[in-house]
Amino acid sequence: MTANQAQKGMHSIPALLARNVAEHGAQHAYREKEFGIWQSWTWAETADEIKALALGLMTLGVNEGDHIAIIGRNRPYMYWSMVAAQMCGAVPVPLYQDAVAEEIAYVLDHCGARFVIAQDQEQVDKVIDVQDQLTGMDHIIYLDPRGLRKYDHTMLTKYQDLQKNGLDARGQHEAELDARVARQTYDTTCVMLYTSGTTGRPKGVVLSNRNVIETSKNSSEFDQLRAGDEILAYLPMAWVGDFIFSIGQAYWTGFCVNCPESPDTMHSDLREIGPTYYFAPPRVFETQLTNVMIRMEDAGKFKQWLFHHFMAHAKKVGPDILDGNDVSFGDRLKYRLGELTVYGPLKNTLGFSRVRVGYTAGEAIGPEIFDFYRSLGINLKQLYGQTEACVFITQQPDGEVRSDTVGVASPGVELKIAESGEVYYRSPGVFMEYFKNAESTADTKDAEGWVATGDAGFIEEGSGHLRIIDRAKDVGKMADGALFAPKYVENKLKFFPNILEAVVFGDGKDRCAAFINIDLTAVGNWAERNNIAYASYQELAGHPQVLETIQSHVEEVNASVAQDPMLAGCQIHRFLVLHKQLDADDGELTRTLKVRRRIIEEKYADLIVALYDGSSTVSTETEVTYEDGRKGSIKATLELRDAAVQVPVKMAAE
Amino acid sequence: MNDMSGGNYVTSDGRQIGDTLMEMKNITLRFGGVVAIKDISFDIHEGEIRAIIGPNGAGKSSMLNVISGFYHPQEGEVWFRGSKRPAMKPYQVAEQGIARTFQNIALFNGMSVLDNVMTGRLTHMKTGLFAQSFWKGKAEREEVENREVVEKIIDFLEIQAIRKTPVGRLPYGLKKRVELARALAAEPKLLLLDEPMAGMNVEEKEDMSRFILDVNDEFGTTIALIEHDMGVVMDLSDRVVVMDYGRKIGDGTPDEVRNNQEVIDAYLGVSHD
Repeated sequence: MTANQAQKGMHSIPALLARNVAEHGAQHAYREKEFGIWQSWTWAETADEIKALALGLMTLGVNEGDHIAIIGRNRPYMYWSMVAAQMCGAVPVPLYQDAVAEEIAYVLDHCGARFVIAQDQEQVDKVIDVQDQLTGMDHIIYLDPRGLRKYDHTMLTKYQDLQKNGLDARGQHEAELDARVARQTYDTTCVMLYTSGTTGRPKGVVLSNRNVIETSKNSSEFDQLRAGDEILAYLPMAWVGDFIFSIGQAYWTGFCVNCPESPDTMHSDLREIGPTYYFAPPRVFETQLTNVMIRMEDAGKFKQWLFHHFMAHAKKVGPDILDGNDVSFGDRLKYRLGELTVYGPLKNTLGFSRVRVGYTAGEAIGPEIFDFYRSLGINLKQLYGQTEACVFITQQPDGEVRSDTVGVASPGVELKIAESGEVYYRSPGVFMEYFKNAESTADTKDAEGWVATGDAGFIEEGSGHLRIIDRAKDVGKMADGALFAPKYVENKLKFFPNILEAVVFGDGKDRCAAFINIDLTAVGNWAERNNIAYASYQELAGHPQVLETIQSHVEEVNASVAQDPMLAGCQIHRFLVLHKQLDADDGELTRTLKVRRRIIEEKYADLIVALYDGSSTVSTETEVTYEDGRKGSIKATLELRDAAVQVPVKMAAE
Repeated sequence: MNDMSGGNYVTSDGRQIGDTLMEMKNITLRFGGVVAIKDISFDIHEGEIRAIIGPNGAGKSSMLNVISGFYHPQEGEVWFRGSKRPAMKPYQVAEQGIARTFQNIALFNGMSVLDNVMTGRLTHMKTGLFAQSFWKGKAEREEVENREVVEKIIDFLEIQAIRKTPVGRLPYGLKKRVELARALAAEPKLLLLDEPMAGMNVEEKEDMSRFILDVNDEFGTTIALIEHDMGVVMDLSDRVVVMDYGRKIGDGTPDEVRNNQEVIDAYLGVSHD
């Protein structure tokens, strides 16, 4: 078969680019909304843009093996920068665009980046700020010239100027560039991604062409992704998922990557594009659902009735219809009617009309939220992955989707559960090494290629699906020896729309206690509805009625936790609502918005003490970091509340 | 030391300031018996950010209204781009290349941001009512061209997400930004900003300051602004005129003005014993 022959020798992203030009040259590879209009580039145009930039990089003296850092939001130009770097034999290192200067300094220094491709003045400023801490920095390339006119340009070049320089020097560098592309094998480094790290410094995960391309191939076949599919690229470029979806799978299958106009327009752009393949972390789905519910409350009586009536029906039969199970003719007919009046328009508003494959991962998703989207007929599934695995470890096949599992092993992946309960995997996607960190590499990956996930879980009998309980190192013991699994309880709390984030403590203690962050959208809407005035997050978070509501949520969770005899000890005895939102800028969350337990424990030690010493209020002062890196502090007096706990079911029966 | 008196000079951050764009010569403005402006002269150079400051009731807004052609001074002359300006209607002044924003936002609340900004292109539209009603040929081409200019400004001021939102639904800080967008849409030679930061929080002020500097840098627009926030004025402007009770009491770089005894007295008050 010619298609199979054509796949041979596809050992690098630039090689896949050349194949796409040959096979889908006139089809769209990239779209971006700019000046209110969707601008697009075909694969052939994309290849020209990338080559011009690669030639430009050659004029700056890029060597094979150099690291090129890329900082910016999802724009076609930034994706091209990664492929242009690969063409030159260099290693692209995408960074989180909202990282503060210190974080950027650490990463640039650690990988010894010689070049930075930055999106705009904000990013250039951050690099210039830390430049004197760096030794290897040679040149900064910027995309948006705004505000940069007056800067000293000895080390600065505009992206478009570099492309022009490259084309002018084409004769000089083209042969070398082609030779560099030809030299790349499956073992050449494809990209280096820094993990956000819930503990300690970020680590540079080195992924080879084999890792990326094999994983992209397997996962694309699993979901029958193909040229003609559309995705919206809006998640951070430094995150492995974006690299695999927007570069790996996009170049493997030849589908089109769409970039939003600005981060704020993401939802309307999503609606205009109507992607067929979509990924979002649970938080995005939660926010969208919260917004729908808030807007429904403002709708007229009839519309509200229509919505609730048909949503109840969708909840009953929607998932079965999606999974192809038997559903009676009458129910199918009513579902059709609902599709016409409610589900269809709602999916259109959300931008999900054309979604064929949707994934969520990263955190547990609330069963109600998950079922809401599935009942609308959106094929939303879960996957479980890691940077070290090129994302895919397990995923849910069509027709076997549930909210409490993360699916079966992805194609090519082997799973095993260690005695401790920790999940291990081995696959073609397993990373090469942590950059300049042989010790951590050896800790994570053994000689046979098995990688420890750091998560505790088990494989469900019968279905063969993997279920994750918690981070292995977060699972602890209470003072009386009972199992302590904070994430399990936190997830239950977070399923309430009013609660954005929760942190549960109790390892080695006799009782559990919790910090809670309210969701400003949901609680703010409630406040508006009830004529409660508030000036800030802090004020709303301290409102007695809000505390009352949160207390009722905590008590409901306690009742649910008490159902499970193994985890009944994790009920929350006392809680407080934090005076500020946990924030990645303050180091309390990772850039992918996961809670960093150790840091929170250190930072709010006084509050934890107060939770356990029985005091009814506590005064505290907390340092905060503003978006521009400046620091300030906020003072607050917080009220601590006791929550009712249930006697565990088992003991009650005795 | 820079030559501030007459011709061109180079600012501390390396911007080349050009020739005199506008010159006010011995302006006196009276409302009945009240003298709002008393014999004031100053100039504005091309590419400059020029601030007019002063305590409440000093006559700053009146001065801006004289520049924008809304008030006609009883005495004195206004010179713009090398010629003496006769008494004009505001729309004629707009056609000359002067655009402004207002202290109390003056936008069309029921219209979208896009439509509001499009109104700023009015002086650049040549086709008549009839042609525009049918929207064929030249009228269509003209609208497309003007829309392109407007979209670039929307991109520049980062208001893409509210493009289609009715202005009435926007928070105050964004309305101010939309007003700036509309003024910029006229592609003015001289941009007048009447208290662009009034009522804003620190973050909004920072954003607005950055936009003002970027407008000046990117489009080379000359800017004259009135502002109460002294920190903002001193950071933004190249030269400052200080007014008090309708008189000019200081004129120079922010540093010069800061050290001027008369200015300090006017702001901090002085005992009269």
